[in-house]
Amino acid sequence: MSAPKKSSAVTPVVLESGIEVQPVYTQADVDASSIGPDDIAPPGEYPFTRGIHAQMYRKRPFTMRQYAGFGTPEETHERFTYLIERGQTGLNVAFDLPSQVGLDSDDPAAQGEVGRVGMAVDTLADMETAFAGIDLERITVSLTINGSASTMMAMYFALAEKRGYDLSRLRGTAQNDILKEFVARGTWIYPVEASVKLVGDTIEYCAQHLPKYSPVSVCGYHIREAGADPVQEMAYAFCIAKAYIDHSLERGLTVDEFASRLSFNFDIHGNFFEQIAKFRAGRRLWARIVREDYGAENPRSSWLRMIAGGGGGGLTIEQPENNIARGAYYALISALSGTQTMALCTYDEAYTIPTEKAARIALRTMQLLTTELGITDTVDPLAGSYYVETLTNQFEAAIRREMAAVDEAGGVVQAIAAGRVQARVAQQAYAHEQGLRSGSIPKVGVNRYVEQEDERDVAFHPYDESGATRKVAALRRLKAQRDQAAVERSLAALRAAAEAGDNVMPASIAAVKAYATVGEITAVLEGVYGGYQEPGIF
Amino acid sequence: MSRDRNSIKILLAKPGLDGHDRGVKVVALGLREAGFTVAYTGLRQGVDAIVQRAIAEQADVIGLSILSGSHLPICQRMKVAIEQAGLTHRLWLVGGNIPEAHKAPLKALGVSEVFPFGTPIADIVSYIEEAVS
Repeated sequence: MSAPKKSSAVTPVVLESGIEVQPVYTQADVDASSIGPDDIAPPGEYPFTRGIHAQMYRKRPFTMRQYAGFGTPEETHERFTYLIERGQTGLNVAFDLPSQVGLDSDDPAAQGEVGRVGMAVDTLADMETAFAGIDLERITVSLTINGSASTMMAMYFALAEKRGYDLSRLRGTAQNDILKEFVARGTWIYPVEASVKLVGDTIEYCAQHLPKYSPVSVCGYHIREAGADPVQEMAYAFCIAKAYIDHSLERGLTVDEFASRLSFNFDIHGNFFEQIAKFRAGRRLWARIVREDYGAENPRSSWLRMIAGGGGGGLTIEQPENNIARGAYYALISALSGTQTMALCTYDEAYTIPTEKAARIALRTMQLLTTELGITDTVDPLAGSYYVETLTNQFEAAIRREMAAVDEAGGVVQAIAAGRVQARVAQQAYAHEQGLRSGSIPKVGVNRYVEQEDERDVAFHPYDESGATRKVAALRRLKAQRDQAAVERSLAALRAAAEAGDNVMPASIAAVKAYATVGEITAVLEGVYGGYQEPGIF
Repeated sequence: MSRDRNSIKILLAKPGLDGHDRGVKVVALGLREAGFTVAYTGLRQGVDAIVQRAIAEQADVIGLSILSGSHLPICQRMKVAIEQAGLTHRLWLVGGNIPEAHKAPLKALGVSEVFPFGTPIADIVSYIEEAVS
C-alpha cells in the first residue's frame, strides 16, 4: 500500500508502459510490488538486478562502441582508425544495404546504394582491408549484420584465422537477430523458418568452435524504434531470444552450451526512470527465465549482457543541437542501467551519416561519464530508491504479462510470420505521431519551445559515386584473379550442405576463404531455402 | 469539384533496399484514416514492380518513401519506368529523408511534390485532395 494518498490536485502521470507514477514512493510501495525475495540481490548474484558483475564498472567501464562504416573498406578503415585513436574501445561495423541483403556491389539492384549507409563488403578481401592493423583481441568488433550474417561471420572468422588469432579465444558480436528484421529494419533474405535455421547454425558453430564469441545480439532496439513501447521492446526481444533457445535445444545443444553467449541490444530514449527500471527489470526477468524455465546451471547463462544505446527515436530533426543534450541524458540512463556496451546516436543522425565531429561528440559524451562525473565509481547507485525499485518490480510484471499474451496468441514466430507484431507496432507509431501533432506527447522543439528555423546547422555526408565505381572495379579485378575452380567447388559444397540440412558455417567459411562473394553465397542459399516477399501490412 | 476521398487510390511503396518503414506505415495509416483508399507494397520493391502494381491498383497517386539517401538514383529509374508505362499523368510523391536542396532536382525528374520527414500528414492529405480533384 502506498502511504501518501494522491492529492486530487495532482495531474496523473502515466508512463509509456502504462504504469502510473505516484507523487511519492515509500518502502510500502516496494514491498507491495515485490516479485520475489531475491529481487534486490547483491550485484553479481542471481537474479542480477543490480548488475551481472559484483564490481561492474569499478573493474571495467562499459565498452564504447559507436556504429561506424561507410563507402569503401578503405574509407571505413580510416574512420575505424580515427575512432580507436580517440579512445573508442570497440567497433560496431555498419554495412551498406547491398551487403546486408546479400547483393554484390555490381548487382543491378545495388545501383546507387553501394557504400551509402555503411561499408560495402563483397569478399573476404574487403574485411582484410577494413581491419588491417587493428588488434582483434584488444578491440572487440560487433558486426551489425542480419540477413547475410552467416556469410559475414564466416568472413570475420576466416579473417581472424588468417591473421593467426586463436578462434577459441576470439571475442566479438554479430547482431544476427533475423526475427526482428521481419518486424523492423527489414534486411531479411530467406523465409522466416530458414532464417531461424541459419541463426541456429551460427549459434551451434560458435558453441563448438568460438565459445567466447557472441553469435546473436537479440534486439528490442529496432522494434522500439519502429513504434513499440518499452514493455513490448523487452517482451518481444525475450520472446525472440526464447525462440532461438528453443531452436538450439531442438538441435541437441544444452542451454549451458550457448545461453551465456546470447547478448541483447536495447534502446535508451524515453522517460528517464522508466528506462532504468526497464533494464533492471529486464536483467532480472531474463535471469529468471533462463534458470527457472530452461534449467540453466551455469550462472553466466542467466546473464543479460547488453548494449544499451542509440536512442535515435528520441532525437528530433527540429533544433538538432538539442540532440547533443538528449544524447548525454540517454548515456546517463545507459550507465545507470548497468550496460556492458554503450553507443550513442549522433546529433545529426536523423539526417545523415555522422560527420567526424558529430561522432567525436558522441564518443566524448560517453567518456565524460567515465572520466569526469564519477558515474562508474559504485555499482547500481540507484538501488534502494523506493521509486526505482517499485518501478523495476512493476516493469518486470508488465513484461511478463506481455510475454504471456504473445505466447497465448500462438508464439512470437507465428505472430511475426503473420504480420501481427508488425501491424501492432505500426499502429503505435501512428498513435505516437498523432500525439506529437496534438501535443499530448510533449517534445521539445516539436510541440514545445518551437522555433522558426531557417537553416539547420547539419552537414550532410556526401555520397561518393566514384567510391562505388572503385568498389565495383575492385570486385571485378578480384574475380579475375581468384581461383575460379576453387570458388565453384566451394559453392557446390555449400549447396550440398544446405540441401542436406547441415550446418552451413563450415562450408561458408571455406567459400569465403576461396573469395566467393556475398552475392554468390547468398544466391546458393536462396536457391535452396527460397526467398521472402514482405506482405505490405500496416 | 472534389472527388470522394475513398475513390482516390494511393499506392505507397518502398523502393530500393532501404528497410526504414515506420514513416511509410504512419503515412499509410494517416491517409487511410483521412478516408483515402491506400495500398502499401512492402519493402524492397523495384521501380518496375511498383509501376505494375500502380497499374493493377489503378492508383491515382504513387508515393515513394526513401530514407537511405538514394532518392536521386531511384527516382531517375522511376522516371523511366513511369514514362514507359504511360503513367506520367498520375500524381508522384516522394517522402523520407530528403534534403531541402534535393527537392528541385526531384521535381525536375517529374516528382509532383516532396514531403520530407516531419511533414504533418494533414499537409499530405490536403495536397492530394487538391491535386487529384
